[in-house]
Parts: sequence; structure tokens; C-alpha cells
Amino acid sequence: MTSTALRSRAWKLLEMVTTPLLPSDYLDLVSPLRAGADLRGRIEAVHPETGDAATIVIRPGRGWRGHTAGQYVRIGVDVDGVRLWRAYSLTSPTDRPDGRVTITVKAIPDGKVSNHLVRRARPGTLIQLDQATGDFVLPRAKPAKVLYLTAGSGITPVMGMLRDTEFDDVVMVHCAPRPQDVIFRGELHDLVADGKLRLTEVHTDTDGVLDIARLDALVPDWAERETWACGPAGLLDAAEKHWSDHGVPERLHTERFRPTIVAAGDGGGEVTFSTTGTTVDADGATPLLDVGEAAGVLMPSGCRMGICFGCVSPLKAGAVRDLRTGEITEAEPGVLIQTCVSAAAGPCDIER
Amino acid sequence: MTAIDPTAHLTAEQIEELGRELDAIRDEVIAGRGEKDAAYIRKVIGAQRKLELASRAVLLFSMFPPAWVIGTAGLSVAKIMDNMEIGHNILHGQWDWMRDPKIHSTTWEWDHVSPADQWKHSHNELHHTYTNVVGKDNDLGYGIMRVDEDQKWHPFHLGQPLWNFINACFFEYGIAAYDLELGKNLHKRRRKNPEFRARAKAVGRKIRKQVLKDYVIHPLLSGPSFLPTLAATFTANLVRNVWSHSVIMCGHFPEGVQVFERRSIRGETRGQWYLRQMMGSANISGSKAMHFMTGNLSHQIEHHLFPDLPSNRYAEVAVKVRALFEKYELEYVTGPLPKQVFSAWRKVFRLSLPNKKEPVVKTPEREKELVAA
Ligand code: FES
Repeated sequence: MTSTALRSRAWKLLEMVTTPLLPSDYLDLVSPLRAGADLRGRIEAVHPETGDAATIVIRPGRGWRGHTAGQYVRIGVDVDGVRLWRAYSLTSPTDRPDGRVTITVKAIPDGKVSNHLVRRARPGTLIQLDQATGDFVLPRAKPAKVLYLTAGSGITPVMGMLRDTEFDDVVMVHCAPRPQDVIFRGELHDLVADGKLRLTEVHTDTDGVLDIARLDALVPDWAERETWACGPAGLLDAAEKHWSDHGVPERLHTERFRPTIVAAGDGGGEVTFSTTGTTVDADGATPLLDVGEAAGVLMPSGCRMGICFGCVSPLKAGAVRDLRTGEITEAEPGVLIQTCVSAAAGPCDIER
Repeated sequence: MTAIDPTAHLTAEQIEELGRELDAIRDEVIAGRGEKDAAYIRKVIGAQRKLELASRAVLLFSMFPPAWVIGTAGLSVAKIMDNMEIGHNILHGQWDWMRDPKIHSTTWEWDHVSPADQWKHSHNELHHTYTNVVGKDNDLGYGIMRVDEDQKWHPFHLGQPLWNFINACFFEYGIAAYDLELGKNLHKRRRKNPEFRARAKAVGRKIRKQVLKDYVIHPLLSGPSFLPTLAATFTANLVRNVWSHSVIMCGHFPEGVQVFERRSIRGETRGQWYLRQMMGSANISGSKAMHFMTGNLSHQIEHHLFPDLPSNRYAEVAVKVRALFEKYELEYVTGPLPKQVFSAWRKVFRLSLPNKKEPVVKTPEREKELVAA
């Protein structure tokens, strides 16, 4: 018998010992970061960067497969007892000797996770991790001339690249409200001093929002450069238009954080039951269970009054309102809703 | 269905007002759920796992009497924690709000022969929706006992003190059979129903796993302590069964708890639903440890009003609920465990015999319902 077969036999036996739990439920008590466990990480330090941004040093579990500069990672953090998932760019170089990775988080107004990470996260906390992903990365062959166009926390994936790779000719145009809001400012200026980077800071509080037409003046050879842009949608939309207007759209690589904004409203919306491919209009007062059943979707149900949890279904997209409390729940991976007491709060997608 | 309706003094408006006041209590807890609550359930789960692991380890040496006693006691407590404060409450969705897939009503499995999903259907859905409605809520005597004067007497009921005792000892099997609605489904035609067969199979699988673990694997691991370990696990299961049976009997059987007729819930409003839960449940008074070991089902009244609120919040909710009972002049049935257990058992004995007097109120329609029930 091969050793893997032997190991799986042994594991089966162990499962019989621990049933109805799994052996991993016990192993997690002592070694949550071990190989073979669900991927997790432990926060080891939190370093403030600016007034509202901080770098979080994470020791990933043994199952971590590493990352490529520019990629992001999804992390699950418990905020007020509720597990919330967000994606953040990795800012550490890929070959950090201690195997730690970092993300740099800017607290956005009303951002539950970002504020928690910047202001309340404590070393020692376990978080959930996904493997790194994303194609906002450098090509294998290093481009001769590079332009980074960033704004606010859009600098984070780019910083991951700058820390990883030295370029012969690299220019950065970065926008932030004030000088003290520029994340990694000290390190950027060190690179400038060493002649490794040409940097233009645009301070939007005094200079106003960057007009993309100003690029001709700031970086006259922008069209010849391989460009990576990351920032708010407005900037990226303008950049995409500018690059294609000048016939060089293939030179521009963009990364969008928050690709969809959930529109939560009072008036219901279009409900999609994605498994069965059914789409119907729903008002803001009819339980989604009734909406689905009226549309011929086979919906699990029980008490129909919110007490038995027999109707929980995954909310894949959009937002719903709890008809009892008025509370809005937005779609996130792993979010289940009770369809008998939830109504559409804008367009939404129920996996049924 | 007692001759005197203890809620007769309430007007329809008062009942709806009561409902709104209860909703407000619920909303307040929901708004305040947070980190502390999450830490609580994680701590309890961690403690249960460590206790079970330690007890099983001690039982490896159970041929030594002190090890047997300590291991058996520890395992009994661990099993009670698993079923009561952890399993029952997680399966009610009390912790779903944490969005932790490992502590969630849809993924949890417990140390019990009834598979979690089947139990959720019979318990969360049937029992909690139709609490104490004769003919709808099978928890009323589990279909084998007569627990209200208005239920028809049958010579079969003479044996119910015995049935109840046997049920207490093998409670988890009783629950599994009950979730399968065995009584109803053993009729020839129903036995073939594929849906029933699938569920029966699932129970069979679960029983096999549980029995294998408790009565084969762990004793075998103990080597020379095989038999003592076997006896220890059997004892722990027995203790857990008798304990949970007692706690659960205290929830709806003691004197003073009301039972309802089927037609009384037709078109029930939210306020009336709440009122039925209030009148159909009974509490157990006692220390914090007592509440913990009952899985906070000692706060049965609060649990029935708000089955999905985290169990660690029932104690604080109870103060407010009790004040409402007083305000609306309703009887809050509660008492220490021995008293409640005694009261429930006395009822089991009393109702094993036919009624001394015929019930006072009788209408032809009601007769029909009782027979149907
Ligand atoms: S059907 Fe019971 S909670 Fe939704």
C-alpha cells in the first residue's frame, strides 16, 4: 500500500474516533496554522502608516502558496463577532525571509473591516485567508519603461511590485489629499533619493482631482510606457478612455477594488434565482420565499415565520431587508439569509 | 384547553401590545449581539472538546476505579454540553449571525443518534411553530403519552409511566424514532415511501457511527480496559439521556402549562403566537451552573419566545419577560428542577388513568378534533 493510501486509511480510522466531529476540529485547538488545516493566518503586528492607514503583518498558515507582486488576498476577519471577508493587496516582497506577508489597509469612512484592522486589530488574532490571486502583475519579461498611476490606497499593489522588482526607468504619479496622506511616503522618497524612482505627487486638496490630460505635461512619454493604474473608479475610467483614445489600450493595466456597489433601496428590485435561472420583479414587502415559490422555484421552507431556519439560502449578490427589523444584509461569500422573513432591497441573487 | 382560560382577561389590543413589547426586547438583543457573545460560544465549544478529549484519555485506564469515575463523570458532562448548550442552540440558528461556517445551523452535527437536519425539522419547525397544539405538536407526550385531560384516554396509557421511564433512559433513540415519525410510518404502505426510507437510512448510518465510536473503537483503544470503558460510555450516555429528558419534560409538562386546540391557532396574530408560547412553556429556576447544564433550556419560556437569540442572553431577557408576565397578570410557571420534574411525573402518572370528571365545556366540533388528534 502506498503511503498516501495508508495515510487516508489512518485518517478514516481517526474520523471514526472523533465522530461526529472531525479530527481537524481537535487539531485546530492546538495548531490552527498547521499544514492541511483550512488556510488561516495570525496577525503578528500592526504598523501605522498614516493617520488612517496601517500595515498588518500576517504569518500565514503552512498551506500558503505564496504570491506574485501586485496580487491581492481575501481575508476573513471577525468584526463584532461577525465574520466579514474583504480583499486587500499584498504589500510585502515575495521573498521575505521570515515568510510573513503584509497588507496595507486604509480606513474608509463607515468601512467595518478597514476601520477594525487599522484601529482595533491586535497581534495574536487569527484571521481566515484565501490564496493570493489577481492578474494585476508584471509580465515575465521586465518592461523597459514603466508608469504607475495610483490614487489613495491604490498605491498598495504597486508598492508590492516596487519592493519586489527594480526597474531601469520607472515613473509614478500618485494622488492623495495631502502630503501626510501619502501611504509609504518615506519609503517612496528614499527610492527617489536613490535614483530608483521618479515621483510626482498630486495633492488633491490643493491641486484638485488629477485631470488625465495633465499626463502629457507630467509624463510626456506616457504612451510608450507599460502602465499599471489603481485607484477609484473615476480615475480608472478616465485612464481607460485616455489610453484607448490614443490607440494604446493594451499598454494599460488596471485594478479595481469594489467592482460592484450594492444599491440597497426600499422598493424591492429584480430578483434572480440563479440555480434555476429564474428572474422576477419583487416588491420590498414580499418575502423572497413567496417570491420564489410564485415563480415556480423549489424553495426550502419550514415555519415561514423566521424561527426554524429551514429556509436559509445563499445570497449571491445584492441586498435584502429583514422584514422584522428592517436590517439590511448585503451579499458576501458565505452569507445565508432566511428567505421567509427577507425581502428584496434592490436587485439581488438567491442561489436557488 | 383548561376550563378556565388564564388569558381571558386580556383584550385583543392588549395582546398585540404585548407582542410589540416582546418584539422590542428581541430587537434590543439583536442590536447588541457582538464580540462577547461570539467569544462565549467559542469558549464553550473549546471547553467541551477539551473535556471530552481529557475524559476519553482518562478512560483509557478505566480499569482503575478512580479513573473510571473521573472519566465517566467528565464524559457525561461533555456529552450534556454537546447536546444542550452547544448542539441544541446552534441548530436553532442562534449563532448563524456570526457567519462562521463551522458554527452554523446548516453544518453542525452533534453527538446524538438523530441526524441534525431531521431533528431541526421536527423540533425547530413542528414543535416550535405549533407549541402545545394538540394534534400538531408531537412533543406533547411524543405521541406515546397522554399529557392533558382533554386527550382521549386509552387503556394503552396505563403503561405510560413505564414508557416514559424507558424513553428517559434511551432518550436519544426515542428522539430519533420520533423525528422519523416511526409510529405513523411503520404502517405497511408508508414504510415503502422512498423519502421515509432515505431518512431511516440516514438515521441508521448515524446510529452505526455513534455506536461504533462509543462501544467499539474507544473500548478497543483502551485495550485491557475494554469492558470498563464500554461500561463508562454506556453510563455517560445514560446520564446524558436521563438528564436531557428531565430538562425537556420540565419545559412543557409541569402543572400550570397550557395546551391548545387546533382551531385556536387559525389566523393567529403575532401577539397571540407569543402569548401561546408564554402560556405553553415552563422554566427551571436555579444557579448559573444549572442554567448552563440545561443549555439554558431552564429559560424555556424565553427560548420559546425567541428561539434564535443566543442562549447566553436568555438570563437577561428573562428579567424583562417576567416583568411582562406580571404586567399582564399571567402566570410565569417556574420552580427548581426537582419540583418541576416531580410535577411533570405526577402528571404522567395521573393521566395514565382516565379522568375523574368529564371536562366541563364540550362542543361537537371540539369532540371531532380531539378524536382526530
Ligand atoms: S421557514 Fe422557518 S425560518 Fe424561514
